[in-house]
Amino acid sequence: MTEEIIIAGFGGQGVLSMGKILAYSGIMEGKEVSWMPSYGPEMRGGTANVTVIVSDERVCSPIINAFDTAVILNQQSLDKFESKVKPGGYLLYDPNGITKKPTRKDIHIYTIEGAQLASDMGNSKVFNMIILGAFLKLRPIIDDKNVEEGLRHSLPERAHKLIPLNMEAVKVGKDNVKQA
Amino acid sequence: MGELKLMKGNEALAEAAIRYGADAYFGYPITPQSEVIEYLSEQNPYERTGMVVLQAESELAAINMVYGAGASGKRVMTSSSSPGVCLKQEGLAYIAGAEVPCVFADVVRGGPGLGTIQPSQADYFQNTKGGGNGDYRNIVLAPASVQEMCDFVALGFDLAFKYRMAACILSDGAIGQMMEKVVLPDQKPRMTDEEIKAKYPWAINGRKNGTQHRIITSLDLDSAKMEEHNIHLQKKYKEIEEKEVRYEMINCDDAEYVFVAYGSSARIAQKSVQLGREAGLKVGLLRPITLWPYPTKAIDALIKKGVKGFLSVELSCGQMIEDVRLACNGRVKAEHFGRVGGIIHTPEEVLEAMKKQIIGE
Repeated sequence: MTEEIIIAGFGGQGVLSMGKILAYSGIMEGKEVSWMPSYGPEMRGGTANVTVIVSDERVCSPIINAFDTAVILNQQSLDKFESKVKPGGYLLYDPNGITKKPTRKDIHIYTIEGAQLASDMGNSKVFNMIILGAFLKLRPIIDDKNVEEGLRHSLPERAHKLIPLNMEAVKVGKDNVKQA
Repeated sequence: MGELKLMKGNEALAEAAIRYGADAYFGYPITPQSEVIEYLSEQNPYERTGMVVLQAESELAAINMVYGAGASGKRVMTSSSSPGVCLKQEGLAYIAGAEVPCVFADVVRGGPGLGTIQPSQADYFQNTKGGGNGDYRNIVLAPASVQEMCDFVALGFDLAFKYRMAACILSDGAIGQMMEKVVLPDQKPRMTDEEIKAKYPWAINGRKNGTQHRIITSLDLDSAKMEEHNIHLQKKYKEIEEKEVRYEMINCDDAEYVFVAYGSSARIAQKSVQLGREAGLKVGLLRPITLWPYPTKAIDALIKKGVKGFLSVELSCGQMIEDVRLACNGRVKAEHFGRVGGIIHTPEEVLEAMKKQIIGE
């Protein structure tokens, strides 16, 4: 099993930390992982993306040009990465702010109202965990208990009290992913 | 087994220095390696092991602090990225002349000049062929994973002290910034002053009770002595060329065409090998781990086994290709492929280059 994922959106949406939690959860699942950010002169509001690879084998190139799954959180990222999803792959996006919907017919397209659901939960910071939940519903590559372990390892100790809330957000994400 | 963590290459390098029992790190921040000093500052290693971490006022100050502390037999490390490493070259030439052991990491970004903060491998010449003045070499280790960013700190220090010279960890922005699984070694104790005195008779650590005074310098105005010193250095370099070459071969047993690549390019080329094999091409990868000393003999052996051509894949306009061609010595085709300016080649375009430039369809 090798799952090559791109997560892309605005800086400040928690794109990089979602990738980190996914990668750490992969390690807890006993997988090989890599996490490769687009780093640069980036800032809150600018675009940010991260490539995460979770595999049974040693990851060769952490830098890739075609993805099994694209998790898309803004229009610019959709424009950039829709064409990079492998045929038969998955595209998951939050329709909030999307004006030009994806058009490909050879991939599976799903939506998750992440921003709306986070606001319903009364905490905009769990947005990325809702998205992670939606992703894991489509691509069940990691067990919930290992996601919880991944959170424990990637969050500083003082934030561990927030793990139940984050796991709740993962569940909300799983329950609300829809075929587009 | 050691502790398992998900870390950036830069963080693994920093943590490895603490765990190796390094005595000091002197540095100055620069993208894409600022996480090294950031991580060290956050970890407060002075409380963990007594290791000193100091942000110098400049790269020049940092490398000269390394020179001084290294001369006293302490295990010292510095790190920077391309333009910062330029500033350190004067100090590195002095360190080579004075035979001071130390480890320095270069997390390479695009150049020339200030260039860009994105990954590059265009400082191969600078680190393997000199950079400073005089006939000298630095041992150059090229990590291709976060695990190797960690492991090569210990290897670098071991080699630096074995041969009394600088060991360079030549990384790049991609390896420095990416996160991977890393197994961290157990904490080693720092050496005590008594242990250093007993183990390193050359170290200058205070003349007491009739001990002879020791001199560490790169200067000698007596030409005969300077020539003798240069011959001594060359003898040492020759020994290293014989004993310390390291490399990895992937799918080379039956290969007809071989990619030669180090660091992040080696990771990409490994995927190109996979794609090529799936398409029925007999391709392999030679990954130099030491860039100096270079695995010249490995290339020679591959040619004798029937390899018909090599493609040197680098994030540069063609630097390592010169060493590949020296090793080939005109016997088989050797060409270069690489994207530059912070752009990273994809596995597909690397394979395409092999087909076009070497295999020839």
